[in-house]
Amino acid sequence: MSAAQIPSLVVENLTTRFGSDRDGATVVDGVSFVLTPGQTMALVGESGSGKSATALSLMRLIEPPGRIIAGRVLLDGRDLLTMPERGMEDVRGGQIGMVFQDPLTSLNPALTIGRQITETILAHRDITPAEAERQAIDLLVRVGVSDAARRIHDYPHHFSGGMRQRVLIASAISCAPAIIIADEPTTALDVTVQAKILRLLHDLQQEMHASMLLITHDLGVVAAMADTVMVMYAGRIVEQTDVDTLFHAPRHPYTKALLACVAGIEDDRSVPLQPISGMAPDLKDLPRGCRFAPRCPLVQDVCRTTDPALRAVSRSHSVACLLVQEETAVV
Amino acid sequence: MGAFLAKRFLGVLPVIFGVSIVIFLLVQLAPGDTATVLLGPQATEAAKEELRRALGLDRPLAVQYFQWLGRVLTGDFGTSIATQIPVLDLVLPRFVNTLILTAASLLLAIVLGYGIGFFTALRANSLFDRIATSCMLMAGSAPPFWLGLVLVLVFAIDLGWFPVSGMEDFAGDGGTMDLLHHLVLPAVTTALGPAAIIARIVRSGILDVLGRAHVRVARSKGLQRRDLLRRHVILNALPPIVTITGLQLGYLLGGALLTEVVFAWPGLGSLLYDSITARDLPVLQAATLLIALAFVLANIAVDAINAMLDPRLREI
Repeated sequence: MSAAQIPSLVVENLTTRFGSDRDGATVVDGVSFVLTPGQTMALVGESGSGKSATALSLMRLIEPPGRIIAGRVLLDGRDLLTMPERGMEDVRGGQIGMVFQDPLTSLNPALTIGRQITETILAHRDITPAEAERQAIDLLVRVGVSDAARRIHDYPHHFSGGMRQRVLIASAISCAPAIIIADEPTTALDVTVQAKILRLLHDLQQEMHASMLLITHDLGVVAAMADTVMVMYAGRIVEQTDVDTLFHAPRHPYTKALLACVAGIEDDRSVPLQPISGMAPDLKDLPRGCRFAPRCPLVQDVCRTTDPALRAVSRSHSVACLLVQEETAVV
Repeated sequence: MGAFLAKRFLGVLPVIFGVSIVIFLLVQLAPGDTATVLLGPQATEAAKEELRRALGLDRPLAVQYFQWLGRVLTGDFGTSIATQIPVLDLVLPRFVNTLILTAASLLLAIVLGYGIGFFTALRANSLFDRIATSCMLMAGSAPPFWLGLVLVLVFAIDLGWFPVSGMEDFAGDGGTMDLLHHLVLPAVTTALGPAAIIARIVRSGILDVLGRAHVRVARSKGLQRRDLLRRHVILNALPPIVTITGLQLGYLLGGALLTEVVFAWPGLGSLLYDSITARDLPVLQAATLLIALAFVLANIAVDAINAMLDPRLREI
């Protein structure tokens, strides 16, 4: 990340809560980060750690009983969280394109795929439906749908999962957004298709010089795609750094534990994989102190009483752990 | 679409054939004897036998059925046993009157049911939702004949806004306005029950679609709320709603027959009642067959509408 670049998105203290004040859960708890143009930032964590809720909060697509209770999301200097709904309609699909998890349920079964792309274009551009259809065909060609001119008249059930995700990507990038949010874009797809879709997303992002927030639980995807990484645990960012540091010098015990669960090709097969013991905490009933303390192999007494804040340990590396000191590591 | 409709029509032919058999047999199962009813309890056995032969009632059931079916297929429903008037002349005008009441009730049930269902879904669990849902539940639970009497008491007798009964003012010059004036209370009576059911189906259908993944995707595209609701919510919620509406049409027809008795509406209801007591088989059979046909046609219409709404159904 070059500090001179103007950030495309600045997120400060984003906090999203589901349910009432007394009986609810803060699923996104004070998340802050900066996206710069052309950069891919991965957001990793277990299921339920708040990754998708973070993405939906950025788009203001959190639905009741959920609501964003604090924070700022700055795009071109404007705060998306205080913007009127009309303004958000311009941002969604126009400046931020989003690709979702399950392509099989993400397309409307009652509309042709051409319509589902042109409606995005027509919502943001003042052009004729015929021109929008020409652009839709170009987009489909770009995302690798063959025979696009004919296929825009087909309905989603004529497409395979991988092809549907290509259609959804075409729709998401149709207005050349500055930011692409991809929420586990390959989770529901065959392994053979996953790599193709990731390559496509990567190429498109490079072509458009867009920034990408890539949400995944797959560290292999992170290694292949990301420039920087945020590790999320129980609604909080616990470690944030560039991708090389994450894999070679992780500092947070949770990050280390995550990496220990993954088998590498050159790993010694006689050493068993290390699952993380215990369960992710119930967000409605969080432990006092550090949220990872009950599962942490290095836990100290202080961890059970003091809640660690995310602190910089070097210029591009922040960790939320009481046991991690600046530059000179104890752990 | 043409091929789709042709297939649907071919598909209902066996249904109509089955319905005609059931109608024919049901009438046979009913207690009582046509000859006794016509000639009175004092008639001699020989006279009754003579009449049965004249009406063809002494032949085997299968023969009677196919003779009847053959005549019906050529449009000849026979002559009313009780009144000696050709059955079609008797039944058709009454059927049209029943259709007017049914159509008005259907329209009302759709407007009320779709409107209330849609807005309660958009404001689910709000105060408005709870009040509207409870009101519809109460209105829908009231038996039509009781509801009809209450409406007459309040709006016709106490307030005098609408006529108590009948289909037209004998003193006035008739016309559409007069008909509509007479139509209000019976239509409301017939429509409320189906409207309540439709409202519940619409509410749950819209809520179901609102929670689907493709709606969230559509929101992420930055569509205006109006387009979002029309293309991504209502369009997808409609097929089951249209199906239930079509089924309610059967209930509406049946309800209309009951309502007709309360409001002295000159429809099939009173004719059916009279012909059952008189064991007027030709009239009974023609009326029932017409109602069944209307129901079958309504279901074809439902299938056609659903095929227009959902591309997956067109390919079956």
